[in-house]
Amino acid sequence: MTTVIDVESVSKQFKIHHERHQSLKERLLHPRSGTTELFDALSDVNFKVSDGETVGILGRNGSGKSTLLKCICGVLQPTSGEIRLRGSLAALLELGAGFQHELSGRDNVYLYGAMLGFSRKMIDGIFDDVVAFSELDHFIDTQVKFYSSGMYVRLAFAVAVNVNPDILVVDEVLAVGDERFQAKCIDRIRSFQQEGRSILLVTHNADTVRAICDRAIVLNDGQMIADGTVQESLRIFREYLLGTSVEHDHVGTQANVTIDAVTTPTGSFEVRNGAGMHFDVDISSETGFSGNFMMEVFTRSGLLVSRSDAQGSPVNLTPGHNRVGVDLAQLPLLDGVYDVNVGIVAHQGNTVIAWREKAASIQVIYDGREGGIVELGPTVRQQ
Amino acid sequence: MDDDTSAGVERRRLEDAPVRVVSARASLPTRLRNLASRRELLTSLITSDIRIKYKGSALGLFWSMLSPALTLATYYMVFSLFLKNGIPNFVIYLFCGLIVWNMFQTAVSSATGVIVDRAGLVKKVSFPREILALANVGASVIYFVIQLCVLGIFLLIVGHEPAWGFIWILPISFAALYLFTASVAIVMSAVTVYLRDMRHLMDVLLQLWFWLTPVVYSYEHSLAASLHKYHLATLYFMNPITLIVLTFQRIFYVNTSVLSTLDHTTVIKTLPTWPMSTYFYMNLGLLGIMIVLFLVAVTIFGRLEGNFESEL
Repeated sequence: MTTVIDVESVSKQFKIHHERHQSLKERLLHPRSGTTELFDALSDVNFKVSDGETVGILGRNGSGKSTLLKCICGVLQPTSGEIRLRGSLAALLELGAGFQHELSGRDNVYLYGAMLGFSRKMIDGIFDDVVAFSELDHFIDTQVKFYSSGMYVRLAFAVAVNVNPDILVVDEVLAVGDERFQAKCIDRIRSFQQEGRSILLVTHNADTVRAICDRAIVLNDGQMIADGTVQESLRIFREYLLGTSVEHDHVGTQANVTIDAVTTPTGSFEVRNGAGMHFDVDISSETGFSGNFMMEVFTRSGLLVSRSDAQGSPVNLTPGHNRVGVDLAQLPLLDGVYDVNVGIVAHQGNTVIAWREKAASIQVIYDGREGGIVELGPTVRQQ
Repeated sequence: MDDDTSAGVERRRLEDAPVRVVSARASLPTRLRNLASRRELLTSLITSDIRIKYKGSALGLFWSMLSPALTLATYYMVFSLFLKNGIPNFVIYLFCGLIVWNMFQTAVSSATGVIVDRAGLVKKVSFPREILALANVGASVIYFVIQLCVLGIFLLIVGHEPAWGFIWILPISFAALYLFTASVAIVMSAVTVYLRDMRHLMDVLLQLWFWLTPVVYSYEHSLAASLHKYHLATLYFMNPITLIVLTFQRIFYVNTSVLSTLDHTTVIKTLPTWPMSTYFYMNLGLLGIMIVLFLVAVTIFGRLEGNFESEL
């Protein structure tokens, strides 16, 4: 394994201007006015990425995710520390940032390729793939200013993934394009992984991380608070979201809710396919609180099987110990182990009050021959 | 393609791949190496800049010649026909100086605001930012070459022979001009990020600068005597463009002193009567200074670059 990204005690400070004097006159008239404040966007971040690894960076808005990516791409220089990179890197910080509106799609492919650091000859070689991937055959000689935003993004993404970089750095861009194009992007990212390339991905979306990352890093206020398995990092990420949302949303004292345990009456989490299942969730709350119960079921490989309606199961918690019973009639799942996350969310919005990752693991036993996750049991008749 | 082997090749290649370092301050050699490794981007930017500029215009690059031609015609009319400065073949004299000045002026005035104008790019895509300014310089080099060709054709038509013996100094002089233009462009593009007035100030400064350069007048004829009297000649030659303009005039205009066209008796000294070696050593010296200046400019840019993000 070769280390392709080595981030060593990287810190970045920004000057925040409270009063901007950018003209000469203003500078001369107010030599010292306008307070500047130093803001630590990143403090002492350390991690390494090996080749073939896909690492997700999680964090709330303003936690320093994008600053970190920009430092890695060399758009920003860290205030201290250094980042060592090995191999070619293509970054998608903002799709189409390097595009010139007046030029045609074709010219922009070459220009953007050059900006990413690839030679003209190389772009010649992949040009057809880029066009095919972006599905813009009819518009490639049209000026980019006439493109729709979807076309714009498709072209930019197509260039970045087709130059076959050793490291692909992606910032929240998977949220664009229609569903079909998104699926295509995810497919391409998967084939990237199979080819042993490294991917660094910033996202808010826990599902994306679960679906494609091997590892995840959590940033909070510029500090790295977790670097570990996806499950573990997501747990910490949720806890931090929770911890800070209490402050911000003034849920206040009523939010001291913890999920103590998930149990079944028999003590076994084994269940036959098609049979029902019941489990109890023990919740303790310091004060009375009414919110919604929520649960998620994942496969072991991190695929979301089901997430319950966040508004659909209201619960009224009383101070002290509470027990919530959950009934699953006729589990249609196929053979395998499924992880269950449970939590309490506030009535309005999606504020998480309490959350427990992997609160239980359900083992499903299935005798039939259907494959996959869900039993559909098709009835086939010849007509 | 066989997946296993390609992955194997990939891995070996990665281990050998050079390590790039992003840190607080890149050293000057690293900056220069980064710049040199992105030549391809520079060419792309130059061609796209030129293409965008003349996109949809019927005459295209021809416009890049029309404006200098008009300036040439105006100055010729004013100084040769109305004010009668007495310099014979004034068009050629003017042409030599103007191509040098045009290159400097177009590059600097377009590069001054380039980083501010392309903030979106600067904040999102990683590349040595100096390249944006250098692309503007590159575009003006192309206009310069076109104008130089026009000058050549013009000389051929009127049957005016350049000083062939001096022509080998031209590359040295041009290299100095390029480095000086690039240095000013690089520094100005960075300073403008902090002081947005620089753009307007530069417009004014460039006008003043033009008149401090012997393009439309003759240094020997109009200024030399009085400057020597007040010991200001050295100061005058502190303007690097002056020596370059004089060299170009010496090469293409040739005549260092001529009989006045007015009364055919007084001798007008149009250019310094230095021997070839003086031109050579002065240009070589200038080139040396310009190389140092360029390195200083890249260093200054590196210092200023660190805070672009919070200013743009």
